[in-house]
Amino acid sequence: MKAFLPFLAVIFLVLLVIVGVKAASLYFLFGVIVPYAALLTFLAGVVYRAVKWGRTPVPFHIPTTCGQQKTLPWIKQSKIENPSTTGGVVVRMLLEVFLFRSLFRNLKTEMHEGPKLTYGSDKWLWLAGLSFHWSFLIILVRHLRFFTQNVPGVVQIVGSLDSFLQIGLPLLYITDVIFLAAVAYLFIRRVAIQPVKYISLAADYFPLFLLLAIGCSGVLMRYFLKVDVVSVKMFTMSLVSLRPRIVPGVGTLFYVHLFLVSTLFAYFPWSKLMHMGGVFLSPTRNLANNSRMKRHVNPWNYPVKVHTYEEYEDDFRAKMKMAGVPVEKE
Amino acid sequence: MYNGGKIFFGIIVFLGIFTFPVYYNIGKADTTPKPSLNTPVINQMKVKHCVEPKAFMRANHMQLLNEWRDSALRQGQRDYVSSTGETYNISLQNTCLHCHSNKEKFCDRCHNYMAVHPYCWSCHFAPGKENKL
Repeated sequence: MKAFLPFLAVIFLVLLVIVGVKAASLYFLFGVIVPYAALLTFLAGVVYRAVKWGRTPVPFHIPTTCGQQKTLPWIKQSKIENPSTTGGVVVRMLLEVFLFRSLFRNLKTEMHEGPKLTYGSDKWLWLAGLSFHWSFLIILVRHLRFFTQNVPGVVQIVGSLDSFLQIGLPLLYITDVIFLAAVAYLFIRRVAIQPVKYISLAADYFPLFLLLAIGCSGVLMRYFLKVDVVSVKMFTMSLVSLRPRIVPGVGTLFYVHLFLVSTLFAYFPWSKLMHMGGVFLSPTRNLANNSRMKRHVNPWNYPVKVHTYEEYEDDFRAKMKMAGVPVEKE
Repeated sequence: MYNGGKIFFGIIVFLGIFTFPVYYNIGKADTTPKPSLNTPVINQMKVKHCVEPKAFMRANHMQLLNEWRDSALRQGQRDYVSSTGETYNISLQNTCLHCHSNKEKFCDRCHNYMAVHPYCWSCHFAPGKENKL
């Protein structure tokens, strides 16, 4: 089973850090060296991938379109679905990045008796995907309170909106619930829907298990097992101010959370998670459909030596005139 | 490099976002909190102790307070037996704040550091403060 190995891998990571911190007291390794190395890997890796993509030519002009393209003035153009200008592309990209517009079009295809092929609306993947990504973003922004002196007002507002239900103490964050539910759905979808299961790889399961473990360790820390957050912040602040020091009294659970997040950061640039940067560089999304107005030259094209008709005529004008062949230039 | 300008711009934005905590904190004073235990009641204690051990209180005080609120206001139960076997009167005003009468120098220091704004004070008021209602 393709999900089993990634599951074991995440369990192994958790056990590794527990043994490393509890039995071997490798605080400096798991608290300082691994997080720094992971963050550097992340930053350098993403830049490397972006530059590598930038060096790759786009041989063909391939925007995907799903609306009327720009044509005669009395036919209405679908400016976002089939953009012909940069402005249209920008709007389309914003909708794609913030609302997953193309996923919203996701369809369920089923074969019935007859045989009859039916298509139906299927928004669950879109809903779970969108909930997951937005929750994750909000959780990331909220975490800035551990990484900033005088926490910025925006971060505080996000945090207070997220906890406005005032359930329990520490207050329940709505995004924590949505995050875990959405990731759980995205996992169940991969195992419960047969065609999706068939195409799912270990590289699809691993990030899901990792995110689930990160979410669970964070939720355990905040709501159930509790850690001393002031010590945690003293430690995280020492990391971001580049004067790392181990603060005693930070529980093992915190190291588990930190190590799993470090794993995510280090894994990020080399995995499918790079769609964070890739979405901006998708030729099917970021090109305007203007191939009839602007010529797209394939950068791969070999410089072909051509001999145009004008040059041909220049070469043979005299002979052509003598033979009575009409010429364009006298 | 194709569209080098755009790629470069994207990379700069990316690095700017993900290194935000590093440059945001440059030059900011270290505000690591030191909650003060210097109050008349605590100074008179021979053995300084809270209702539960310090390590437990640091991590769990909010949960304890929440349980105290439910116990006192919803069940009418105002006796708390601690892990050391002592019985305390469940009351923020008369038990917690009796010793920690310095809210600004005790509660607020860590809460401000962590950007936490507990809603205790929408019902209770800190000792020595006029009731502003």
